Amino acid sequence: MSLLDAQGLYAGYGGVDILRNTHLRLGADEIVVIVGPNGAGKSTAMKAVFGLVPIREGRVHYQGEDITNRPPERMVTRGIAYVPQEANVFPSLSVLENLELGAYALRGDHRPRLEKVFEIFPRLKERRNQQAGVMSGGERQMVAMGRALMVEPRLLMLDEPTAGLSPRLIDETFERIREVNQLGIGVLMVEQNARQALAIADRGYVLATGENRYEDTGPALLANPEVAEMFLGG
Amino acid sequence: MVEVIQLLINGILLGSILALGAVGATMIFGVLRFAHFAHGDFMAVGAYFALSVVTVFNLPVLAALPVAMAATAGLAVAIDQLVYRRIRRVQPVILLISSFATALVLRSLIQMIWGSSNQVYQTGIQLPWRIGPFTLKPDHLLIFLAATGLVVTVHLFLTRTRLGKAMRAMSDNMNLALITGIPADRVIMATWAIGGALAAAAGVFLGMDTRLHPVMGWTLLLPIFAATILGGIGRPYGRSSAGWSSAVPWSSRH
Repeated sequence: MSLLDAQGLYAGYGGVDILRNTHLRLGADEIVVIVGPNGAGKSTAMKAVFGLVPIREGRVHYQGEDITNRPPERMVTRGIAYVPQEANVFPSLSVLENLELGAYALRGDHRPRLEKVFEIFPRLKERRNQQAGVMSGGERQMVAMGRALMVEPRLLMLDEPTAGLSPRLIDETFERIREVNQLGIGVLMVEQNARQALAIADRGYVLATGENRYEDTGPALLANPEVAEMFLGG
Repeated sequence: MVEVIQLLINGILLGSILALGAVGATMIFGVLRFAHFAHGDFMAVGAYFALSVVTVFNLPVLAALPVAMAATAGLAVAIDQLVYRRIRRVQPVILLISSFATALVLRSLIQMIWGSSNQVYQTGIQLPWRIGPFTLKPDHLLIFLAATGLVVTVHLFLTRTRLGKAMRAMSDNMNLALITGIPADRVIMATWAIGGALAAAAGVFLGMDTRLHPVMGWTLLLPIFAATILGGIGRPYGRSSAGWSSAVPWSSRH
């Protein structure tokens, strides 16, 4: 059974479908990347799965359970965490407070979870009393991912985690994503840095105008000349 | 010079009353993104609640304060559930206008229930302390200390408790708070309860300092928002100092 299975999604804003018969599937330990041109509906697909954009038709199953159009707080308590592309930290709160709030929906002691996040991102431990809003883009992205990991998710959804980062930080972010995945967390992400993302991905989807165009293993998509020419910039 | 310092003392007193109103108004603005025009009338309602407790049970006004704060907190939550919650999804300007209507309704209710003439908690004259050339009423010191205590309590609530941090998170980034799984409805209710309670305390202190009348809160709405904006609207800190700095010139007019 797959961790996430979205079938035949039609979803969008104000009656206009951005997704048209979109499919997504993710195995428990997989990294799956959604790539495609601007306006392809990549972010919308993520938001629809997480219950932020209403799904008009189609079903989303998570661990076999129907979670279509459930509100975000229900997703969080079931072990799905989502990191939006922009405005993904609480700027006036400290790093520590950002992380603590990540576990708001969960009961019990969050100190062990905090330690785990600090293990993955030691830098956050050093800077835990810093205001998140004054940190660099790379550090903010760590805070955002750390906050998501505080719910001990089985599925982590990342919307363009490397957007606006320097090449060195992009490498580091992908490295962290791999580490997170090795803890047994499924990762579904949208990426503009398609080549690098597909290189660490188990599988990838190419979306265009809200429809599935290609789906294959990461290396196979990278090797596919049509995909390379049309969607990866030659 | 003596007069300036005396004005400063009076300004600090009025400032602590304004600060209580401004902290509540700014918390409501931070979480709900609209200027709550009925906030001054929450103050008046709180003051009159205390008046009822004082006259019916013959209690000192400070003993009536917690009752008035709790009752006004309840009223604020009830008004939110009845009025604001239904129109929260529309533009903020609609909320603002409806809070204006709420203000009018509250003021009329006060006139219906308690009458429109001036009233006081306590008759008689309180002899001021004379410190050199300056005078200080014992009530003023009490008001200043109680108001400071309440502001410190709110600060501790916002920085040390789970709910307080969630409130700041919502005021920071509503969307992310939702994504994180923070229960918005519960935080909003808490915000109204705290805003209402602080407004009631401000109203009671104002009544202790002067007198009670149905527009006592309404006339303070402008300086409250002045303090709110000066302190940075939607940001819970800097509010109290802003309350004091906007009150000093205000009090010199009287």
